[in-house]
Amino acid sequence: MSTAEKFLQMGLAILLFVAVVAVVLLVAGRFKGRNGDRAVALAFLLPTALALGVGLVYPALRTIYFSFFDAQGQSFAGFDNYQQIFTDSDQLTVLRNTVLWVVITPFLATGIGLLYAILVDRAKFEKAAKALIFLPMAISFVGASIIWKFVYEYRPDQGSIKQIGLLNQLWTMVGGTPQQWLLNEPWNNLFLIIVMIWIQAGFAMTILSAAIKAIPDDITEAARLDGVGPIGMFRYITVPSIRPALVVVLTTIGIATLKVFDIVRTMTGGQFNTSVVANEFYSQTFSADNQGLGAALAVLLFVLVLPIVFYNIRQLRASEGR
Amino acid sequence: MTATTPAALPVTTTPPIAVTVNAAAGNAKNRLTSRWASMAAVVLAVLWTIPTFGLAVSSLRPAADTRRSGWWTTFTDPEFTLKNYRDVFSDNGLGAFFVNSFVITIPSVVIPLCLASLAAYAFAWVEFKGRNLLFVVVFALQIVPIQVTLLPLLKLFVSANLAGTFWTIWLSHSVFALPLAIFLIHNFMREIPKELIEAARMDGAGHVQIFFRVLLPLLTPALAAFGIFQFLWVWNDLLVALTFAGGGDAVAPLTVFIANLAGTRGTALHLLSAGAFISIIVPVVVFLALQRYFVRGLLAGGLKG
Repeated sequence: MSTAEKFLQMGLAILLFVAVVAVVLLVAGRFKGRNGDRAVALAFLLPTALALGVGLVYPALRTIYFSFFDAQGQSFAGFDNYQQIFTDSDQLTVLRNTVLWVVITPFLATGIGLLYAILVDRAKFEKAAKALIFLPMAISFVGASIIWKFVYEYRPDQGSIKQIGLLNQLWTMVGGTPQQWLLNEPWNNLFLIIVMIWIQAGFAMTILSAAIKAIPDDITEAARLDGVGPIGMFRYITVPSIRPALVVVLTTIGIATLKVFDIVRTMTGGQFNTSVVANEFYSQTFSADNQGLGAALAVLLFVLVLPIVFYNIRQLRASEGR
Repeated sequence: MTATTPAALPVTTTPPIAVTVNAAAGNAKNRLTSRWASMAAVVLAVLWTIPTFGLAVSSLRPAADTRRSGWWTTFTDPEFTLKNYRDVFSDNGLGAFFVNSFVITIPSVVIPLCLASLAAYAFAWVEFKGRNLLFVVVFALQIVPIQVTLLPLLKLFVSANLAGTFWTIWLSHSVFALPLAIFLIHNFMREIPKELIEAARMDGAGHVQIFFRVLLPLLTPALAAFGIFQFLWVWNDLLVALTFAGGGDAVAPLTVFIANLAGTRGTALHLLSAGAFISIIVPVVVFLALQRYFVRGLLAGGLKG
């Protein structure tokens, strides 16, 4: 397809959906007054209901169903796939790595975001300073992975060969021997996690900074007059005031981290014991052709998200009740 | 963009009260802490910026240099070229993928916006039985990880003869975006005073007129906020594209191009850096230009529950 044809097809697709909206509105326009409300609601919701039903609910149910079948999806396998996830040594490594990601990323990203938000709060160059931390959020996981691949790049320690990765350059400057950061187990996981922290800290900073600014001035003023120092201020005023926002940030980053796939795939391809559930799902489903295990991993991902979401909702309820 | 979605936030959205600078706070101790604070902030900012800066510099260095020495040596021995960019376009066919990224992203933003505005209106301003329950269901669908849907969706597309076309990606992204879009737009719609809607009704306006004449103009910030989210999300997506688009330049976007380049020619640092930089520059420009809406969108989840 030529470029022009591609854009033409794009234009037609957009027109089609604008037409759908127009038809829905025309139909709905015929029912006036309150009696027509049911018909109007039906017309407005039908396209969404169709899309979500066919595109989300049905596929999800089907995946759950096939997680109880074998690799080809032909014979019933009971809980075999789930058993494999929790007993097979490769799969256990995947689980261990996923736990590492989900425990480390949210706390470090939130910690750094919070620290930075406090440091630049009301500073002269607050806006520009924030934009710098913020920017990685606009970069794709793939792009970020390439950026960090350059940082982690390795050259053997021989004669006149110079390091081209920044980390090894700094490392050799302080007397270390060059390291293959992405190969050395289990530390390589940590170097992948750093990429995610680099991206998510900006999100944490943005939300927390808004929360900090919402703390009423008279509270901070009163504390200051009482002689509360910066650390006391942080502990007794800032953190309690922004606790609900902290919970939201931690849980949101936690969920995003659970689903991370692009970073692992781009940087190591899941080799050297760095695979995580989301990456393993893709490899099993589309590369290893093991539908059953892939489906079970996808379901596991779903199940792991649930407790985080429930915790989040409970905390929100609690903070609203106060 | 990242997989981060805006969440319901308990942040009050009152604008920050005019800062009352405490002049008396400028004692020696505070000045000291603030100096340390500034230094810490600068260190963090530099740490966060250097990796991207390194990529940008690398992309402008001759291929041989990128293999021989680190990008920081350019400052003592400057030599720049645009050859990497020319090569990645001409020899590696980046152009087609660049076009694909646009062709994929624009409908994937517009389609869910259309459908979600309709649905959000029904949820916000039309009375019908089971409304609240249905809204909770749609809201809850946000937590379904897209991984759960991919293989069955692919099979659906194959049996509908859509495999390998843009439709697979447009439709998937649109479906995945709907729950969040409806939730966000609904929250904004509820913010609009009821009296305004009632008055329009009194004047004999139907839902269609209310939708277009009253709500749409007021909703522009909400639509913009969601539009930016979705733009960044789709432009930066790898998983959906890999699943449905294959690796060829027929429909696959830039992210797939970069990921493949990293896989097959991981040592061609000069091409990798130029390609990655091109893929990054578009969302960064969009992001910086429309930051205001983006932040508002991030914080909007919790305007009302």
